[in-house]
This record gives sequence, structure tokens and C-alpha cells, in this order.
Amino acid sequence: MLEVSGLSKAFDGFTAVDKVDFAVRRGEIAAVIGPNGAGKSTFFNLITGHLKPDAGRVLFKQRDVTGAPPHRICLMGMGRSFQRTNIFPKLTVFENVQAAFITHRRRGSNFWSLSDSLYRGETEALLGSLGLADQADATSAVLSHGNQKQVELGIALACDPEILLLDEPTAGMSAAETRDTIRLIQRIAAERALTLLFTEHDMEVVFSIAQKIAVLHQGRLIAEGTPEAVQQNPDVRRVYLGERH
Amino acid sequence: MKRVPWTLIVFAAGLLVPLLGSRFYTFVATDIVILSLFAMSLNLLLGYTGLVSFGHAAYFGIGAYTCALLMKHANAPFVPSLIAAGLMAAAAALLFGFFCVRLTRIYFAMLTLAFAQIVWAICFKWNDVTGGEQGLPNVPYPGLDWMGSVPVLGGFRVADHFYLCALSVVALCFAGLRRIVDAPFGRVLTVIRDNAERAQFIGVNVRAYQLAAFVLAGFFAGISGGLFGIFNRGVFPDFAFWTKSAEPLIMTILGGMGSFWGPAVGAAAFIVLNQQITSYTEYWPLTMGTVLIVLLFVFPGGIAGTLLGLLERGRVRAGRGGTAAGAAPMVKRNA
Amino acid sequence: MFEFSFLFGQFLGGITAAMFLFLIASGLSLIFGVLRVLNFAHGSFYMIGAYLAWQFVHLIAPAPEGFWLAALAAAVSIALLGAIVERALLRHLYSREELYQLLFTYALVLILGDMAKIVWGTQQLSVSRPPSLAGSSEVFGVTIPHYNLFIMGLGPSIAVGAWYVLQHTPLGRIVRAAALDRETLGALGANVGWVYTGMFMAGSFLAGLGGALVTPIKSIVPGMDVEIIVEAFIVVVIGGLGSFWGTFLGALIYGQVLSFGILIFPRFSIFAVSVLMAAILIIRPWGLFGRPLK
Repeated sequence: MLEVSGLSKAFDGFTAVDKVDFAVRRGEIAAVIGPNGAGKSTFFNLITGHLKPDAGRVLFKQRDVTGAPPHRICLMGMGRSFQRTNIFPKLTVFENVQAAFITHRRRGSNFWSLSDSLYRGETEALLGSLGLADQADATSAVLSHGNQKQVELGIALACDPEILLLDEPTAGMSAAETRDTIRLIQRIAAERALTLLFTEHDMEVVFSIAQKIAVLHQGRLIAEGTPEAVQQNPDVRRVYLGERH
Repeated sequence: MKRVPWTLIVFAAGLLVPLLGSRFYTFVATDIVILSLFAMSLNLLLGYTGLVSFGHAAYFGIGAYTCALLMKHANAPFVPSLIAAGLMAAAAALLFGFFCVRLTRIYFAMLTLAFAQIVWAICFKWNDVTGGEQGLPNVPYPGLDWMGSVPVLGGFRVADHFYLCALSVVALCFAGLRRIVDAPFGRVLTVIRDNAERAQFIGVNVRAYQLAAFVLAGFFAGISGGLFGIFNRGVFPDFAFWTKSAEPLIMTILGGMGSFWGPAVGAAAFIVLNQQITSYTEYWPLTMGTVLIVLLFVFPGGIAGTLLGLLERGRVRAGRGGTAAGAAPMVKRNA
Repeated sequence: MFEFSFLFGQFLGGITAAMFLFLIASGLSLIFGVLRVLNFAHGSFYMIGAYLAWQFVHLIAPAPEGFWLAALAAAVSIALLGAIVERALLRHLYSREELYQLLFTYALVLILGDMAKIVWGTQQLSVSRPPSLAGSSEVFGVTIPHYNLFIMGLGPSIAVGAWYVLQHTPLGRIVRAAALDRETLGALGANVGWVYTGMFMAGSFLAGLGGALVTPIKSIVPGMDVEIIVEAFIVVVIGGLGSFWGTFLGALIYGQVLSFGILIFPRFSIFAVSVLMAAILIIRPWGLFGRPLK
């Protein structure tokens, strides 16, 4: 499904991602973990085309998308959320999600219909499944942080992705919100047979749902495998878990 | 609540102006009609796409010269000349916009300005074609003699006929603009304005859309310029000078860029203000600058924004007894 | 085709023009680099600087080298004007969209332009060269006024001086931090508000100085404000906004293209500059030394 090899990126001499090889198979739930500044977000941005790698390749569905612009990668079937909530603040919740339907189905260059009536049913259904039906007409900027994260998830899902990249989906959430969000993500991933790649700081979440874990440290991939294997890995214990306990 | 067909209402009201029988009113109304198209075309970029262009006069000027040259030297009829004006301006917008949309924010503004100066320099120096500093005086009026044989219209002056013609053209353009912003295309523009980074990852080719908006805005500015050249009875390099680009920006801010009609309201206010002030003092820029500063600091939403804000506040107070008092009234979107 | 001395004369003319452009554009670029505000009124400051220099020269006419004092006084006055504008008004707009800042500085252009007309009228004014630099020398068959030589020396001196201050002093460190982001600056313990004011003053000073020093070469006319600002824009677009050396190089390129462009396309030298700008932007959208900025 997604395969990166030798992926590297440096900023002003600081190597943020260093020759990372990693693959996610179709239907897999994979996590990327690592301490702050390990290069997780950069890694995501390299995959989604927001940054151009200095070296290495990204294959998505067996096609080379290295350095391709984000919109093209997105249209191929990749959805993502951002670490810092990234929505359309001045639009309503409904419009946020509807916009993603419009653009992803390539109706954006259409001048001959009215956007208000497009994809109403789909948008309402998706908002319903996210539990956002009540807030559909609220301006998204005034929502709570948790709800904004859900809007962002809605935007990503409206793009009908085959793989979903979630950058810290529970960042800034309370324990209860985190639990709900994770359940929601699991349910949706199962319903839509999604491949999932996410980063997360909450280890409990990671080890409870990930089937495969990659550990980044100072831009380098230091371990990769099942949750059990990663937990046992001495390097991981030293640089990562060791720091936490 | 059913949508009020404002375009039609304003158009109908506009048709009545010549009945007032005043040369002056027709003059001011023509000025307002034509320049509101200029401001509205800019707002497609400013309010809808979130692009601050400081070089919109370039397309206004290109439209004005194209239309004037065709009508004056080639004796071309009005309608094809005006369409050519729009298309030439759009073509220039395509060429310049291609470079401009590669930059963001303030850099974008600077580059649009720099390109506009190129256009100005050409108009100013290319004597053989543009008449250089002297410009192109005596642009002919379109052949509207047929209006003379229509009942009611027959009693109007030539300027009234041209006013009705300009009003019709501008109304058509407004309908076109309304269509653009209500269509999915317009929604994509607002999405880009709100968050271009996120827009990319719902599959939007941001630059392509920005360029498309730039070209459309250029087209309408060109139409507006073409009309203005005829109205003004002459076309001059100043039409493309960078300070001219500030005018639609000021009109838009004056009216409010958060609403569809804001720029037109602003254009009307700007022109009426100009008429009033220039009858008292020659220091119109000084006055305008002062008005602008007051506007920026005290009424950043412009006339339309301030009115909408007041309405919203009134509604909240009447409806829910001020429950939402804490939340500042937000202009929901470009309604 | 052309004699060497003639070409050399064009070259020197281009350098002189470039040094003035550099004075103006570097102030513009400096203010933008730290405050992220594009100051349209920078050209107005330049014009008012010129008018003030003329005014001060006339006030202190008897003094033989009064010009220098007048120029300095004009530049300092403009710096003070800048301080007032920044403290009283501009700083309240930092949190707003760029459009508001742009229109604010444009409003200043309108106001200052009219004020200059009210105070100094619309006739051309000129200032004579200071006696110490009134002479001229012949180099390679070209007669160069000493005043122009002085300008050619002043430009690079200011460039090097500013570069030294920016790179090698604590003050420069604060300014560079300010250009990166406000938080870092706060962490350095600097008073962010006053750093901004200081930078605005420094930039305005350069504009005022440029305006004052140009008076012995060009006459002072209304409209010089809106003309110079566009030239300065093109210079920073070519060099890359916020880049000091980029501005220097951009000014040199502008001066030379303008000065030789006149030989090739007599009427379209301004056009030649624009074409060059477009060409540079095709290759480097952010200018020669500029960096992409989100």
C-alpha cells in the first residue's frame, strides 16, 4: 500500500528524517512513535507531499509519488489530519466536510451548479456517524478542540481515502475524549476497510490498537515490528521508554 | 427564508436614474456602476480567495486601452470591443498571474504591483499605440442611436443611453460573479482563503484555482476598464498606475469585503464622498487617507460588515436575551 | 559602436542610481524583515526627507557646509516621524491581516503627499552641492562630480556597516531573532515593542537620508514618493525580500539595466528592468537571495 525507502530530509543542516525505510500493507493499522522532535511530523509531510525529500522514494499503491504535489497524492486516495488542528475556520462544520466532498470528487471547477445543494446527503450522513450532526451549522472556529479534531477527521474521510494518516489524533484531548476518539477511529477504519498510519504520544493507545509500530529517534528508524517485539527491543527501551519512566 | 434577488432589485432601481432628468446624477451613477464592477472583480481575489492584489489597475488599464483602440482606430462595434477588452485583460492576468500565484501573501501583493508597473510603463512610453503620456482622447460612444426610437428612452440624452448600456453590462457581470461564487468553484476559493494548506489535502490544486480566480478577476476588471474609457471620453496611462490599484481596495474595505455586495456599496460611498469633498477642497487624497485610517481602526468590517454586525447583535439580543453576548458576532461567510 | 568612456560613464551613472535605490530599498527590506510590514509610505518618507533637507539648508544657509547638517537633521526628523507613526498607529495593526497594514501605509502616502503639497507647494525645488564636493574629476575620460563619488562610496559603507551590526553585535542578534519570530525575541529578554519601533526608525532614517542626499542630484517634485517606492519594490523583488545583500545586488542590477537599457531601447528602459525581473522570478520566485516564506 505505502512503501518508503531511504527517505531523508534535512533543514539547515539538521537532519529531521534520516534514511527511513518503512512499509504499510493494505488494511494494516500502523503507528509511528518517538520522542518529541523525532521527526514524525516531517515524516508524514514527506509522504503527503507537503515537503520534498532530499533523498529516497515514496511509493503509494505501487506508484512513485516522491515529490508529487499534495493535491495529487490526496486525489489518489490518501487522507490525512494534522497535528495542529487544520480545518477551515470561517466555514460551517457542514461546509467544511462538504467542501472536501466537492473537491475530492473533482467538482471544484464546476460553474453550472450551486454548491449549497451538492452532496448534502453524503455530508449529513458522515457528520452523523461522527456525532457532529447537531453542530452542522456552527462556524467551525467556535467549536471545542475535540469537536474540531472530529471535523478534521470528517474532512479527511470525505476524501474517501484508502489510507488515512493521522498526526496525533488525540493531541490535547482529555482521557475520556481520547477514548471516544480512538473508538471512533477504530470503528470507521473497520467499516471502511481503511489502512491507518498514525502518530501518537499516548502509549496506551498505540499499544492497544496498532498492529505494527515503527520507532523514530533523531530522525532514524531504530525499531519496527509488532507491539510485542517493539516493547522488548532494547534500543527502544533505552532511548524511548527509558526516558519516560 | 427565501433569498432576496438583490441583483434584480438593484438593477431595476438603477434603471430609474435617468428619469430624474439630472445630468449630474446620471454622471455619478455611471461612475458608480462602472467602478463597482472594478471593486467587485477585485473582491473575487480579496474576499473570496484571500489574495491581496495591489496591481489590479493593470487589468483595468488593459481593458480600457483595448476597448478604446478598437473603437477609435478600428471603428469596431461596442460589444465585440468590450469582450475583447475583457479577454485581453484576462490573457494578461493569465501571464502575470502564473508568476504571482507561486508566491504567497505580501510577496504576492508586491509582485502584482510590479507587474502592474510594467503595464503602466508600456502605456506611458509606447507612443505609437497608446498615445504615451497624452493617452487616447475622444473615445467614441457606442452606437446607441436605436435607443432614441424606443418610447421613454427617446427623451434621454446620449449620456443616459450610455448609462443604461453600462448598467446592463455591469448587471450581467454581477450575475456572472454571483454565479461564480455560488458554484462549487466559488466554494473552493473560500476554502483556499480559509486554509490553503488544508485545501491542498482535500485534493485542491491551490495554484491552479488561484490562477483561475486571478484570470476571472482580470476579465471583469478589463470589462470595467473598457466601460470606463468610454465614460471618461479618453484613456490615460494613469489608469494603470499603481495608485489606481489602491482605489478598488479602498472601496472594498469601505464597503466590507466579507459580503458579496460590500465592494459595490463601497464604490458608491467612495464616489459620492469624492464628489462631496472635491467640491470643498482640492485635498481629496488627504481626506481620503484620513477616512481610510479611521475606517481601518474603527470600522474594519466596512459599511456592510458594520451593518451586518449590528443586525446580528440586534437579533441575538432580541432572540436569546443576550446568551451569546460573549461571542463576537461572526460574519458567517460571504453571504 | 560606443566609446569606452561613454560606456564607463553609463556604468557610473548606473552605480550612483543604484546606491540611492539601495538606501531606500534596504530600509524597506529591513522593516519588512523584522516587522513583516510592507511600508508604502517609505517613498513618502524619502520625499519628505528631501523637502526637509531643502528647508534646513535654507534655514542654515550661511554655514558653508550646512548641507551636511541639514541632511542629517532631515534624516533624524524622518526617523522621529517613523517612531511616531509606529508607536501611535502601526503597532495596533500587527495582529491584523496584511491588507490592513498595506492600506494603512497607503493612507499615509495619501496624507503625506498632500501635506507636502500644502507646505512646499508644487514647484520644483533644488539644493546645490556642498562646496567641499562641488568639484569633479576625470576618470577614464569621464567627468564625475565628486558628490557622485561620495555617494558611490557611501552606499557600500552603509551596507558593510549594517552588515557588521547585524552579524556581529548583540543588537544585531536581537534584530535577527526578531526577524525569525517574536517568541524567541521575548525569550532573549528584549522588549519586543521597542525593537520594532527601533527597526522602523532605522528604516525610516535610511529613507530620509536617501531623500536628503538625492537633493543635489535631482530636483524635488511632488510625485517622487510614488515613483521611488515602485523602483524600491522592484529592487527587493529581484534581490529577495528581507535579504540585505540581495537588496544591494538588486539595486546594482537595477541601476545597470536601467542605465544600459536606455542605450538599447531608448524608450523602454523601464521595460527592460521589468523583463529582467520577470526572468529572475521565473528561475527564483522568491528573488535572488530570498527564501520561501509561508
